[in-house]
Amino acid sequence: MARQSTGVITARVRLGDRVFSGSTVIAGSVILGVLAAVALFLIVQSIPAITAKEGTLPNSAPNFWAYVWPLVFGTVWSAALALIISIPISIGVALFISHYAPRRLAQGLGYVIDLLAAVPSVVFGLWGVLVLAREIQPFFVFLNTNFGWIPLFGGVVSGTGKTVLTVAIVLAVMVLPIMTAVCREIFLQTPQLHEEAALALGATRWEMIRMAVLPFARPGIISASMLGLGRALGETLAVAMVLSPARVINFFLLTPQNPNTIAANIALQFPEASGIGINTLIASGLVLFVITFIVNAIARVAVNRRKAFSGAN
Amino acid sequence: MPAGVTTPEGNTVKFTRFGSAAAIAVAATIVLSSCAANEAAPATSGSAAPVSKLSGTFNGIGSSAQGAAETAWIAGFQIANPKVTVNYDPQGSGAGRKGFIAGAAAFAGSDAALKDTELATPSPLCMAGTKAIDLPIYISPIAIAYNVAGLTDLKLDAATIAGIFKGAITKWDDPAIKSLNSGAALPSAAIVVVHRSDDSGTTQNFTEYLAANAPTVWDKPAAQTYPYAVGDAAKGTSGVADAVKGAANSITYIDESGATGLSIAQLKVGSAFVKINASGAADVVAKSPTVTGRDANDLAIAIDRKNTDKNAWPLVLVSYMIVCNTYADPAQGELVKAYAQYVASSEGQAAAQKQAGSAPLSKDLAAKVAKAIATIK
Repeated sequence: MARQSTGVITARVRLGDRVFSGSTVIAGSVILGVLAAVALFLIVQSIPAITAKEGTLPNSAPNFWAYVWPLVFGTVWSAALALIISIPISIGVALFISHYAPRRLAQGLGYVIDLLAAVPSVVFGLWGVLVLAREIQPFFVFLNTNFGWIPLFGGVVSGTGKTVLTVAIVLAVMVLPIMTAVCREIFLQTPQLHEEAALALGATRWEMIRMAVLPFARPGIISASMLGLGRALGETLAVAMVLSPARVINFFLLTPQNPNTIAANIALQFPEASGIGINTLIASGLVLFVITFIVNAIARVAVNRRKAFSGAN
Repeated sequence: MPAGVTTPEGNTVKFTRFGSAAAIAVAATIVLSSCAANEAAPATSGSAAPVSKLSGTFNGIGSSAQGAAETAWIAGFQIANPKVTVNYDPQGSGAGRKGFIAGAAAFAGSDAALKDTELATPSPLCMAGTKAIDLPIYISPIAIAYNVAGLTDLKLDAATIAGIFKGAITKWDDPAIKSLNSGAALPSAAIVVVHRSDDSGTTQNFTEYLAANAPTVWDKPAAQTYPYAVGDAAKGTSGVADAVKGAANSITYIDESGATGLSIAQLKVGSAFVKINASGAADVVAKSPTVTGRDANDLAIAIDRKNTDKNAWPLVLVSYMIVCNTYADPAQGELVKAYAQYVASSEGQAAAQKQAGSAPLSKDLAAKVAKAIATIK
């Protein structure tokens, strides 16, 4: 037999194998099917809004792109601010847990952070609007009067504290748990040999982390950030509750007129929307769908490119 | 697994931890939602009323402004009719009208009457060839509420309000405000304008009032989306109230029921200043004409924003119950008719006033509504 001569042995196919492989194929195609169905729904419902004539769209926008552009900006802007705040903190917390804290404390802290991930966003929203916004408003006034020459802190300061900076802080707190959890697991996977080698060469602990842990963990940190970004981009309720939106594009952090996010805009306008207004909101949802898709693709590319230099191999 | 140990299986640990977090989240959702389901239960339990022959279930979707009132009405109606279950889902006026036209709900609550296009779309609920009708059943005065330390008797007219909310008047001691409030202690502070961030019937009625009474200042048409990029925005009546309570020198427009704890400005109507009052609001609605070109039973109201009667409060929101004049299913018609009768009755209106702070329908309007309801089949 030719087959046996090449050394390949064909196993008898058992029923269990068939059933199991069949069910995984079904599971895999269901998720693709659902995704396709969502995309199809978004596209079909969007067409009337995208092709709408001037004067029919909400906010008297001349066309759909003029309507959605400030929202796209607001979505990306608030999520980016949230990441700028949360990346250093989550790396710091994860490093503390993985390399600095006593083992007992580290374990407890890890559980607490995981628990934070289970807090529903409406709770963060309530905290943001009832506590954070009010408490932080005097600080905003301080920033505005003393650092108003920096364009970010310029403009007329908000009287309620419901600004894009407050939203970014709330979002940062919301994405911290997932980012910290991922970073921590990656840091723990640093080959111990690398760490010990660095220490043996006379490196301090910080130098060891800089030379052995961080380079190894870089792709992990990127994917953690992208997970966080995904959550921040799509966060709806907390933004809707905290932000004071207006139809503007600006980079001011402390003014009452902030660009709204796509998700929050849908949540705020959908209940009272009718006719073409609904199509417009769904079309903006399609735009958000595309944005998150692009973000994920970029993350994939970044992670794959860095893999080769991670030092793990 | 101890946190310090590194193994290739590190990933598995991660997934189980996420799994437990997810499990907690799922459990919490189930617990919370079952709580919510329980809340409606007490309404059905108290049955000390005369025996009613009605039985069945029907649903309403619509205005969140009516939400609190509907809760009171459903409780009252179900006590009188223990075998009937009414569900009201306060998804919003637009969602309510959509749901009604699609046949998803037996009636809709809406802060705006059916539009002509919506009226022309037949609902599968209604007998072919018949139309839906609008019944005004919920009147809420809109207050101009403010939070300024030491200022309790602010007086404003339409042009000044329009100026403030448009961003043309930015200081509390602006000459326009001063001239209306001689002797009041007006601070030399910036005005923090707070408006709704979500589309709402309150914004629609507020802007309609300003567009009618101060057209030179308020140069945008009435809209349910706040038209100017001025001031802070907050979500819903409660969000607006919170924002004003938390921010010094702030001002907003808000359903009177949501303004507890805030000072309410007097409004210049004609040549006199009027304090907010429910009967004045109900009177304005009662004296306003109905929208022309509709069925006799369709009581869509074109509110007369320029009413200058004594004590009138033309800054008012009317919310409707939208029903079929003739239901395709007579049993459903009977149920909805009974419910509408209760809602429009003095008893129902008093319940709403107690629960939601609305203004009861005036006698003549209540009579008109009752006449329209009598024709529901």
